[in-house]
Formats: sequence, C-alpha cells, structure tokens
Amino acid sequence: MYAQLVKSEGAKSRDEMSPEEAAFQERIDRGEKIEPKEWMPDGYRKTLIRQIGQHAHSEIVGQLPEGNWITRAPTLERKAILLAKVQDEAGHGLYLYSAAETLGISRDELLEALHSGKMKYSSIFNYPTLTWADMGAVGWLVDGAAIMNQVPLQRTSYGPYSRAMIRICKEESFHQRQGYDIMMKMARGTPEQREMAQDALNRFWYPSLMMFGPSDAESVHSAQSMAWKIKMNTNDELRQKFVDQTVPQAEYLGLTIPDDKLAWNEEKGGYDFSEPDWDEFFAVIAGNGPCNAERLGARVKAWDDGAWFREGVMAHAEKAAERAAAVRTAAE
Amino acid sequence: MAGVEAIDRAGYVDWLQRVGDNALILGHRVSEWCGHSPALEEDIALANQALDLIGQCQLWLGYAAEIEGEGRSADDMAYLRDASAFRNALLVERPNGDFGQTLMRQFLFDVYHLELLRALKGSSDPRVAEIAAKAEKEAAYHLERSADLVIRLGDGTEESHRRMQNALDLLFPYTGELFNDDDIDRAIAEAGIAPLPSTLKKAWDETVRAVLDEATLTHPGAVWQHGIKGAGGGRQGVHSEHLGYILAEMQFLQRAYPGAVW
Repeated sequence: MYAQLVKSEGAKSRDEMSPEEAAFQERIDRGEKIEPKEWMPDGYRKTLIRQIGQHAHSEIVGQLPEGNWITRAPTLERKAILLAKVQDEAGHGLYLYSAAETLGISRDELLEALHSGKMKYSSIFNYPTLTWADMGAVGWLVDGAAIMNQVPLQRTSYGPYSRAMIRICKEESFHQRQGYDIMMKMARGTPEQREMAQDALNRFWYPSLMMFGPSDAESVHSAQSMAWKIKMNTNDELRQKFVDQTVPQAEYLGLTIPDDKLAWNEEKGGYDFSEPDWDEFFAVIAGNGPCNAERLGARVKAWDDGAWFREGVMAHAEKAAERAAAVRTAAE
Repeated sequence: MAGVEAIDRAGYVDWLQRVGDNALILGHRVSEWCGHSPALEEDIALANQALDLIGQCQLWLGYAAEIEGEGRSADDMAYLRDASAFRNALLVERPNGDFGQTLMRQFLFDVYHLELLRALKGSSDPRVAEIAAKAEKEAAYHLERSADLVIRLGDGTEESHRRMQNALDLLFPYTGELFNDDDIDRAIAEAGIAPLPSTLKKAWDETVRAVLDEATLTHPGAVWQHGIKGAGGGRQGVHSEHLGYILAEMQFLQRAYPGAVW
C-alpha cells in the first residue's frame, strides 16, 4: 500500500476516448495485463509512476521507524526478526523502483523527487516509534493496513507492478504476524508492558486509518484509477475492511481501540467507527507531522553522504571497462 | 570430546565468548546502518550481514552458556553482562565512521574471520566444527563483498581512494590484537579446539596485501597495535569507551524491565 492521494486525470467516457484509448480500456476490462513495451495512455503511465514511486519511497522511508529499534531490540531473536523485516522492506523498495523503471523513469530521478519533496511517501512513517510495543503496533496495524490494500493490487492491470505485489504480499503477511506476536507478548506481559501495548495502539490507531487516504467522497482521483485497475477498491471499502478485521484482534489481546463510537452495526455487517482527524492527515502530508523533518532528513543525508561511494564504484567500473578494452586492442 | 573435557571450563567459556562477542558487536555496529546507507542495495546487504552475525552469535553464546552450565542463555550473555565481561576484539567496536570505515573494518575482520572458521571446521569439538561450518559460508560471502568494495573504492575516484586509505590507517592498529596469543588461546589450541591466533596471521597478511595492492592502497606497515601491551585489549575485557555506549543501547530494555518476557 502506502499510496495516498495519488493524482490521476478524470475518467473519460467511451465517446471521449481515441480508438487507441478505447482498445486499451477493453484490454484492461478483459483482465489482460499491460506490459512495459506496449502502448499505454500517457495518463496511465504518469499515474502509475506516481503510485509505484510513492509506494517505493514508503518502503525505504519505512525502514527508519523500525530501524530505530533494531539496536535496542530486547532479545537476539527479536533483533534478528526485526532485521529480517527491515531488510524485506528495502527489498520491496527495490522491486518497486524496478517496476517504476519499466515505465521510463530512473531510480535516481524518483529519489530526487522524494528528496526535493515533490513526491510523497505514506503519512504513517512520520509518526515516531517510542517504545518496543510500537514495533508490535507497526507490524500489526501498519502492515495490516498495507496488506489490505496490496492484496487486491496483485490483480492490478500493469504486469510488473502486479508481479512485484505478489512477491511483496507473501512477505507482508509474515510481517503482520510478527507484529501481532510482539503485541501478544506485551499484552500478556508485565503491567508496564501492557501499558506500552495499549499506548502503542492509542497512538497508531488513527494514523493507520489514515493510510487508506481520505474518504471517497473527497477523493477526486479514484474513478480513473479504478477504471484502469490501478486502484482496485475505494478507500472507504478498504478502511471498513481493516476495522472489521482489527477490532476482534484487539479484543483478543485485551486492548481497547481508542474510539468511543466504535460499535457493531448489524445492518451493514461491519463496525461503525470514528473518522480520523483529516486536518491532521493533511498537515502531516504537507510536512508537519512529528517526524517529517527527521525522516526525509535522514534519507537526504544518506544520499548526500553516500555520493562519494556511488561515484567511486562507478569510476572503478569505467576504469575496469577501459582496461578490458585496452587488453582487447593489444591482443588484436 | 576428550579435548573439551581436558580443558578448564571457565577458559573455554571465555574463548567461546571471544568468538561470539565479535559476531554480536560487529552485527550491532553493522545494523546501525539500517536505512542510512549510500544505496538501497547496500541497505539490503548490510541488514543481511548483520543478520548472519547475530545468528552466529546466538550459536556461539548459546554454546558458551551450555558449557558454563549455570542455566544462562545466549540472551543472558548478550544482555546481562557488563562491558568488562565482554570478550570481543577492539576492532569490531570501532564506530562506523563513514561508509569507507565500515567497509574497511568489515574487510579486515572478514579475512581473519574466514581463516578462523575454516580452521575451526577441523576442531576436536564437533559442536564447534558444526557452528564453524555454517558460519564459514556466510563469512566467505561477507569477504567476497567487502574485498570487492575495498578494491572498487580504493581504485575509484580520488576521494574514494583518500577515504579508503584513511579508513585503513585508522583501523589497521586494531588488527594485531586478533593474532595475539594468550594463555586461554594456548590451552584451547592444545586441546585441538582451535588454532593459535598467531598461526592465522600469515594467511591474513597475504590476502590483505593482495586486496590492498589491487585497491591501490598503501599497507600501513609495522605500526603500533592496540590491545596487546599493558592491560591488554578487548579479548581480556579491557575495551574502548565505545563499548559502554553500545551496551547501554543494546541492553536498555532488559535492564529497565528485569525479568520481562519479550
């Protein structure tokens, strides 16, 4: 998941489409996959670059809040699991940047757009991880919300994106289980651990609900993306599904969802729940979340400090190629 | 197993901790890079390396705890010993510095590590041989990677060359400790469990010189080596100031919430 507020052009009716566009839409309607070298509307390409890029950025920025606890993990096993998880996230970033590259944009260009603030990453990673229980809450809630969005994206119309999502989903479900396992240990641990678990749920609940993006009523970009099968469900559908799945899990842990209005609605067969504070959401997206400066700052610093490394490796590759060419010339 | 039974148990625990603590502390240092390295591929590789090292430390410290026979676990060893009870070499607790220093530290250690593990595969203690066989495959990959990057960056741009030479000059004085025999090493070697550290020096030196040559880096020569004279070094539990901070961070939860299960 991790794609919020992805801009896309308004959906066209059949009459407004060119013959090429109509044929393209028919392929998508038939459930065919679109592959990199094939013709696609400009808007489709641009929307996908924004969405996949935002998703990739979220994976690499997402290393930071969890990386924050690797050196403080409470046991060797927890440390190893967390390392494996953060490594997976970097790997997801790699698949996704590669998928985006098939659309004609380089990883460096995408990173530049992230560093300049032109492209965003998920709002969730701008919240701090304050206790070990947050490692549980991030796995359980954040990865849980991500899976909710990513499972349908395995069927998305763009081939490389769909294949990346299939690999990612396999790993994400392990992430969610390990998060829930941490929560279980905390919720059944000492009074202090229990308190940390409840506190983590309190802090991550609404930011997790925000991960699905604003309500569909306000989401102007959904219709075209859904017609193109870049987006498979509405934000509200996924949010509802997430709440319905998560409430019984919280009950099993003996933790309380921080929402007085939370109640089972027999008629709709789902929970009624409070909306997150969307003003807060837009403030975080605009750069005013508790950790925006640290997160983006850390990425920019890593990139800038690493310039000499990347240049050195490239320079060596060029030297090696020149030497090989010289050897070939001498042999001729 | 005759070899194992013949040696002093405390000495054996100490020796196993030397091997295990190297993996633990270096794994910790490497993991500090998570999300901050110069390229996504490096983030993945470093997390993988840290993961290998933490896995190895679990095996070594778990075995040390077994030999000790006082009901401690690998976690107890990692999280509840104070700095002076740690037995890692000074090299692995050196701060990460720039990425060049991290790579150079890794390279200098990997050459030693691989030589040691290869020798340990023939240990008179089958448990040691078994752990070494598993760890050797990982260490071989670590060395392949670190040597390759030392060569590329040494023979890259002017700046990358300068940084790698600085890293080498900075870290080389911490390599001598790895090959300095003491009484524990001698007892372990006599029991056929492990080679004397000094016997690994020749092969280490050859590989290091070959890689530095290709990297166009200058071997620092016979410079002062820390951790040998005086009170000794990390292998005797006499560490740099850095280890205390590593442990303060690493052990925080276990110390703040004694007895909690995580």
